Amino acid sequence: MQWLDALIQGVLLGGLYAQYALGMALMFGVMRIVNISHGDLMILLALVGVSLAVSFSLGPFVLLVLLVPIAAAIGYVLQHAVLNRVVSQDPLPSIIATFGLSIAMQNAMLQIWSADTRSIPGGGIEQASWQVGPIFIGVLPVIVLVVATALTGGLDAVLRFSKFGRALRASAADVEAAALTGINPKAVYAWATALAVGILGFAAVFQGLRSTVAPSDGPAQLIYAFEAVIIGGMGSVWGAFMGSMVLGISQAIGFRISPGFGILAGHLVFLAVLAVRPQGIFGRS
Amino acid sequence: MSAPLLSTHGLQAFYGDFQALFGIDFEVAAGEVVALIGANGAGKSTLLNAIMGAIRVAPDMVRLDGAPTGGAAPHVMVAKGVGIVPEGRRLFTGMSVEDNLRVAIDHSAGGNDAWTLERVYALFPILKDKRRDLVQSLSGGQQQMVAVARALLNQPRVLLCDEISLGLAPKVINEIYAAIPSISDAGTAIVLVEQDVGLAKKASDRLYCMLEGKVTLTGKSADVSREDISAAYFGAGHAVA
Ligand SMILES: Nc1ncnc2c1ncn2[C@@H]1O[C@H](COP(=O)(O)OP(=O)(O)O)[C@@H](O)[C@H]1O
Ligand SMILES: [Mg+2]
Repeated sequence: MQWLDALIQGVLLGGLYAQYALGMALMFGVMRIVNISHGDLMILLALVGVSLAVSFSLGPFVLLVLLVPIAAAIGYVLQHAVLNRVVSQDPLPSIIATFGLSIAMQNAMLQIWSADTRSIPGGGIEQASWQVGPIFIGVLPVIVLVVATALTGGLDAVLRFSKFGRALRASAADVEAAALTGINPKAVYAWATALAVGILGFAAVFQGLRSTVAPSDGPAQLIYAFEAVIIGGMGSVWGAFMGSMVLGISQAIGFRISPGFGILAGHLVFLAVLAVRPQGIFGRS
Repeated sequence: MSAPLLSTHGLQAFYGDFQALFGIDFEVAAGEVVALIGANGAGKSTLLNAIMGAIRVAPDMVRLDGAPTGGAAPHVMVAKGVGIVPEGRRLFTGMSVEDNLRVAIDHSAGGNDAWTLERVYALFPILKDKRRDLVQSLSGGQQQMVAVARALLNQPRVLLCDEISLGLAPKVINEIYAAIPSISDAGTAIVLVEQDVGLAKKASDRLYCMLEGKVTLTGKSADVSREDISAAYFGAGHAVA
């Protein structure tokens, strides 16, 4: 029974990881932009969320409605002002630019919010749970999983069936040919990053509700997102979702084996996938 | 006299310090088929890319309906009615044939809906059978058909074709060139960049020959002689054929 419990808690944790990973799947998996500040952006949004929620006594839902557009706007500006200048076949310039951004953001957040851990007040929802036999299932983690599934399905559909999705896939395949077919690749990329960071707005609110955030937490979240995308397979949105599940389940099971082993178990499974199937579970070799 | 549909005026183009084009005067009238021939490295692709805005040039060097468009970005040129089949096809790998075509429909020039999926499938029937296949699984000739169809679905008033016969078997080349008259009849002007002089001469109304970044010959395709072309193509020193 304790393993079934670990599996369920792992899937629920995977829901949160999927929300980190979706934006990464879009930027790294499809656009091949390595955004080192991915985790820091999420933490920044969560801290902005904490401040908004506390200052104006906002409930989680209102906060979500407010924070997601803010996140999307930040993404648009990031791509427009920074990443579009360094976008090329070579990922190195984007790594360097966003690495600098990551350091700057962490320092700025430390200045503004101090090193304290904070969380978003959820008005009791963070404690609510259902009891199924001996297993407790948290209401909030289930909401997180449902939202993650809906976001994944939505993003997948946008990529496959919309004009925007086709333009983005075309630009990622051959940016010059895309421009010669009438696409404005920089505009498409700016909207794509708006979408990716907008999804991080969801992740930020749920991270702040489910656990705590502090200015230096970003790099750990970045690693989870990277691992989920690579476990699932580059370029596949549902792959990133499944990669998140693998990561969440590995951590939950590792945690049952020994509480200190949880996070490490996730990294070990990631390394094992990299060794055995480097293209990822859903990737084509 | 009204301005030509598309023209260049003393067009110069550079790759860094290297000058690839030296004052090209070139024009295409509405409905015309113009061939652009010349040896490898003569500057044909550079000229097309400069027209498309993929290489930066001064505004006055490229004109559409007499209005300066030099320096406009490629997607703006497409929106103004200039389409291109790029050298080497440059299809969107990882996407189906129909998704490749839909990208062009999504971003077609306004004011004209002459080309539909139905019509390009009628032009190249094999593409209809393969429409759900990934483009990279198609043969070279079929991929070239996708590239032509994609450019047509941008609804261009003038279509620039960069070496659409390159690397293809004669039978396949004939199939693709058989589409040229239908495209022309639909009112689209065509620029054919070709290394195969015979093919270019036969398919066009007028031709330009380029050598080392300059135009060395221009005239009605039916009027220019093999000797003139040979001299213009290889340079006067080599005109001993
Ligand atoms: N991207 C590039 N960078 C530098 N030089 C180039 C580039 N593309 C073409 N060139 C040079 O410009 C000249 C014209 O090339 P190009 O327009 O491709 O010729 P063509 O299409 O007639 O074969 C050649 O000397 C070629 O080496
Ligand atoms: Mg060429």
